[in-house]
Amino acid sequence: MDFDALLLSRLQFAFTIAFHIIFPSFTIGLASFLAVLEGLWLLSKREVFRNLYLFWVKIFALSFGMGVVSGVVMSYELGTNWSVFSRVASPVIGPLLAFEVLTAFFLEASFLGVMLFGWKKVGPRLHFTATALVAFGTVVSAFWILSANSWMQHPTGFEQLADGTLRATSWMQVIFSPTFPARFAHMVLAAYLTTSLVVGAASAWALLKGRAMAESKVALRMAVAMFAVVAPLQLVVGDISGKQVLTVQPAKLAAIEAFWETRTEQPFHIAAWPDRAQERNRWEISIPKIGSWITAGATADEVKGLKAFPPKDRPPVFIVFWAFRVMVGLGLLMIGLGAWGIWLWWRRKGPENSPLYLRAVVAMGPAGFVAVIAGWVVAEVGRQPYTIYGVLRTADSVSPVTAGSVATSLLAFLIIYAIVFSVGALYILRLIAEGPSAGEEPPQPENPGVPLTSTEIQPEGGKP
Amino acid sequence: MSLDLPLIWAGLIATAVLLYVLLDGFDLGLGILFPLARNAEHRDAMMDSVAPVWDGNETWLVLGGGGLLAAFPTAYAILMPAFYIPVILMLLALILRGVAFEFRLHGRERGKRFWSGAFFIGSLVAALSQGLILGGFIQGVRAQGGAFTGGSLDWLTPYSLLTAVGVATGYALLGAGWLIVKAQNELHEDARRWASIAAVAVAVLLAAVSLATLVVHPRIAERWGWTGSGFDLSVLTPLLAIPALGLAGLALVGWGLRSRSHRLPFAGAFLVFLSGYVGLAVGFFPNIVPYGIDFREAASADNALGLMLVGIAILLPVILGYTVWVYWVFRGKVSADAGYH
Repeated sequence: MDFDALLLSRLQFAFTIAFHIIFPSFTIGLASFLAVLEGLWLLSKREVFRNLYLFWVKIFALSFGMGVVSGVVMSYELGTNWSVFSRVASPVIGPLLAFEVLTAFFLEASFLGVMLFGWKKVGPRLHFTATALVAFGTVVSAFWILSANSWMQHPTGFEQLADGTLRATSWMQVIFSPTFPARFAHMVLAAYLTTSLVVGAASAWALLKGRAMAESKVALRMAVAMFAVVAPLQLVVGDISGKQVLTVQPAKLAAIEAFWETRTEQPFHIAAWPDRAQERNRWEISIPKIGSWITAGATADEVKGLKAFPPKDRPPVFIVFWAFRVMVGLGLLMIGLGAWGIWLWWRRKGPENSPLYLRAVVAMGPAGFVAVIAGWVVAEVGRQPYTIYGVLRTADSVSPVTAGSVATSLLAFLIIYAIVFSVGALYILRLIAEGPSAGEEPPQPENPGVPLTSTEIQPEGGKP
Repeated sequence: MSLDLPLIWAGLIATAVLLYVLLDGFDLGLGILFPLARNAEHRDAMMDSVAPVWDGNETWLVLGGGGLLAAFPTAYAILMPAFYIPVILMLLALILRGVAFEFRLHGRERGKRFWSGAFFIGSLVAALSQGLILGGFIQGVRAQGGAFTGGSLDWLTPYSLLTAVGVATGYALLGAGWLIVKAQNELHEDARRWASIAAVAVAVLLAAVSLATLVVHPRIAERWGWTGSGFDLSVLTPLLAIPALGLAGLALVGWGLRSRSHRLPFAGAFLVFLSGYVGLAVGFFPNIVPYGIDFREAASADNALGLMLVGIAILLPVILGYTVWVYWVFRGKVSADAGYH
């Protein structure tokens, strides 16, 4: 195996999976939001909820479509580019991925059809059920993927056979590996945060432009309430997850914090330029002692530095260090945005009454996506040089394919994804710019008891 | 455990792939027929007829790939690198045609035209790629010690080009059959014409692929009873049921078109595919990586297969149940003027 095919395969996988994660991290939250909106509409019959549902379901359809097609790629890329990993690990994580297809993908795909096109065909309760099942499916999907990923980060419940392949000895320990609960919670909360920030930003934008005031006010309040609660919670869950990294992946933790020496009273580096070759930080801005306290719980705790590990076992420290700071920095801004919103609610009778706040919410719209990608970079780059931590190295996982093939495919992915992403983003931003249609026609039942015509869900330019 | 888990899983994966070919086959086929539509309304109706179900159809491909990974990791680990280029090509094509469903609705004039084109190109390239993979698979894959050892273009031969055209044409027939079921008026009449042309082409290509398979691959000819100078009838005779099924399917398509039936051409196309699928399987079974590794050697650990069998025994009936329900919800004709959107 030549080095180039390995490097290119890593680049391709990183690119395709980073592209993919954008969509689930949005649609997991958006599906739940839609289920809540439709439920509220069924209960209260308030028009606002229906209008909001009809607006956000269009954006959901676009995002979900991009998530599906970029997700199909992942299930084949494991084989095309990481065939050794697949052969070695599949007897353990293969069933987890198969269960994802069986419990989540079919459910989402089938009921999505009813959700988007079934208004005329099924009754309101059944339609709501379809929405709820899609929302449930997105979370189930996250469950299996995070289960597989957590196992790769900290594998338990398996043995290695003479031929090098792995075999599960306890499915409970494979599926519910020790770091899984915190990782799963961290990802689902991240998805809810991402969605609430986007919903907040779109609503704040509409309010600033004076459009769809009633709908946008309701949606903004829902969004602010959501991130005000979830952002601090995410800090707690992230801290739990971080403490587990300290025990099970000490080299990753040392990279996250750019610790080189093993010592007590580690300083906390707010910013630094870690240099792998020189085995030190070229410069750093630090607070003394509290690094140990943040990572381990007390300043007197000894925390391992990167030099405790042979160079070939160290993850790339620069990327991990900075990705972590981007994630946490954005997380703190989200907490601030939530607190500010609650304060406005309390003192100014609603977050919608401060134009400055609305602008801040708009600016923070994409923050969730950036934080999610940064967080995944911390998790996956921090796991290097292994695909299965401590068991299988990335360099030993790659397929016997030529660098030429991978370079070609990487280029093709770059081009196609650039087209799909920019067009998709354009269409979504265009929809957001238009905002929910407040004055939309009342429902035109085709027959009594069936409230909506599907024409309203997916209006198309050029057609009545 | 007394259950023959590898055999059961070989059957399950074969079923998933067959369901994929039949289900995504017709919606890929619609894409292939897309440029033939007379106007935008017809194209809208064609897309509307599959918009609620295409995603579910494509999920069978994910089950096929994911299932192969989970149940037969060695096969997955050899076949995917072996077919690196056509697999990636297929994935990229599926992306383009998949997003076209939503993007077409949001595009303005130019965007809409672009995504109509992308739907056609994507569907065609996906079908051709699948045909190339099929051809490459039948030709055989070089492997040693659980890893692919061949070259990156091994799959590209005149034979695989023939199977590629065969699969794409077959999908077009399925698509036309589906459209006969779902479309009305002018589009319905067009679909009948497309179906009759596609049926003739499929008949010719099916014969050509069958013949080429026997000529190019003596190993497969042997399976069908070819002794070098003639056929061993005791081997050949029971297998003749398979081409007979294909001929019956073609006859059904023809009769359905003549009798103006709305459903028979589609059913006939299904039979043609079933016959082709089983006919090819006879040639390589029990190999899962032709022609060196059988499905038992490639199987995953028994406890993994057992766990998944419990899961699939519970979940597959549920999945099939709601899939049928969704098709039932969207039954009936789709009309060009009252689209879903």
